[in-house]
Amino acid sequence: MVVKHAKIAFRDLRVRYGDKTALEDVSLEVAPNEILGIIGPAGSGKTSLLRVLNRTLEQTAGAKVTGDVRIDGEDVYRMRDVSRLRRRIGMVAPLPVGLPMSIYDNVAFAPRMAGVTDRKRLEVIVERCLRQAALWDEVEQRLGDLGTKLSGGQQQRLTIARALSHSPEILCLDEFSIAIDPVTTMRIEEVLKELRKHMTILLVTNLVQQARRLADRTAFLLLGELVEVGPTEEVFGRTPRDRRTFEYVHGHFG
Amino acid sequence: MGVFATSPESRRRHRSQQVAFAVLLAMTVLLVLPVLAILGMLVWRGAPALSLEFLFTAPVRGMTAGGIWPAIVGTMWLVGVSLAISAPIGVLAAVYLNEYARDSWVTRVIHLAIVNLAGVPSIVHALFGVGAFVLFFRFGTSILSASLTLAIMTLPVIIASTKEALAAVPMTFREACWNVGASRWQTIWHVVLPNSIAGILTGIILQVSRAAGETAPILFTGAAVFVPFLPQSVNDQCMALSMHLFTISTQVQSVPQSITYGTALVLVLLVVLVNGVSIVIRSRIRRRRKW
Repeated sequence: MVVKHAKIAFRDLRVRYGDKTALEDVSLEVAPNEILGIIGPAGSGKTSLLRVLNRTLEQTAGAKVTGDVRIDGEDVYRMRDVSRLRRRIGMVAPLPVGLPMSIYDNVAFAPRMAGVTDRKRLEVIVERCLRQAALWDEVEQRLGDLGTKLSGGQQQRLTIARALSHSPEILCLDEFSIAIDPVTTMRIEEVLKELRKHMTILLVTNLVQQARRLADRTAFLLLGELVEVGPTEEVFGRTPRDRRTFEYVHGHFG
Repeated sequence: MGVFATSPESRRRHRSQQVAFAVLLAMTVLLVLPVLAILGMLVWRGAPALSLEFLFTAPVRGMTAGGIWPAIVGTMWLVGVSLAISAPIGVLAAVYLNEYARDSWVTRVIHLAIVNLAGVPSIVHALFGVGAFVLFFRFGTSILSASLTLAIMTLPVIIASTKEALAAVPMTFREACWNVGASRWQTIWHVVLPNSIAGILTGIILQVSRAAGETAPILFTGAAVFVPFLPQSVNDQCMALSMHLFTISTQVQSVPQSITYGTALVLVLLVVLVNGVSIVIRSRIRRRRKW
């Protein structure tokens, strides 16, 4: 399927770490407001793909990116202001990272760094993001407590709230449920269904069923190769285009 | 007989554990003993000399009587000026090396230089100080020359300890900041430094005691055996506790032992005081640890 007016477009993307290839000739387009599931076993290049998008991969010593990455048609690697680019993208890491500051400051951090100083505005942003991340009710009374003292599941939702705090157009989740319980996972999945109305979501997951539940389309990466990308029901159906996809999503290897 | 019943094997293991414990304890005691002995002797023989008069007056009669006030003041000048030079340079260099510098042959050479510089004997620093500051830059024998020499001596250690404190801040914090669009400097200023400042300060304070205690680097560069007045600027020479102790115990005849031990006691108390401050800072931050 060719996406019209792609929100994100990777073309002939290749990522190398030294002489190790992480992604090879990946071409992939993501439509606005869709949830694209990205599945594949460990070491397939899923995380590299996300880090190419917000250009944090450059900070890894020896990493080399070639190819073309565009957001709304704009070449990501020609952008001068990396901070502006990163504010358009919310990033959620596999393990929750509460910054060593209060819950409130965790969420207010990004807007503050972007120059928002007005208290009233910050308060509005913090409440909106914590509500969106389904955490508000649990922390409303203790916004001054350290973010790092929350439970794992709460910290992951705090991380999501922080990722939303700079009003991104794109939300990238990298195996967000790896460290949290199934109930919290379900709550966050509900949150994502709500968020897609406002943004494009890249959902990297090692739980293939999670991609099946949420994604409009699913991409299958294997050892740096984009094996196939298509509508989720097709990828998970009886007749995906590639045999390896069938074997992976039905648990024959992985 | 159950699996947890004592067997010859488990008894042997128990005994070797006890032997190891005893040896380790003995080594620890061995380590503490000399410290206690030194402190005990200093207090025993030096304490009688301590008085306000001893602390706050100048030596008289060829340093065989009187106090040590000029030496205390001189040491404070030397420590203060040298750290005012080495602390900011060291911290900024460490921030650059740990947060900005990429791994290249240049940075590897710098690391190598720092490690080696930290291992250079202080007398070599002293000779360098004479050549560079006293003669080449024509600062003469002065507090400035001596402090610069001490600064060069303490700089590599401050860089190393600051780098260590910075590296102790988890990488994930930095990545989380970059991910939300914070610049490198914002990340350093708002997250890395606030969470490493105690470690950085501890490293600097420990160098206070080192700068106060060294004699060689100031011997030819700015410390004098006897100066009849207190230093007014960095261009003056000064006395220093370490230097004074060296002089009265080896160069001057018939100095009462109480004065020698008293001087040593003051120097050690100063160092202990400074180290105590750093321990307090460290324990404070451990209690406030946020992750």
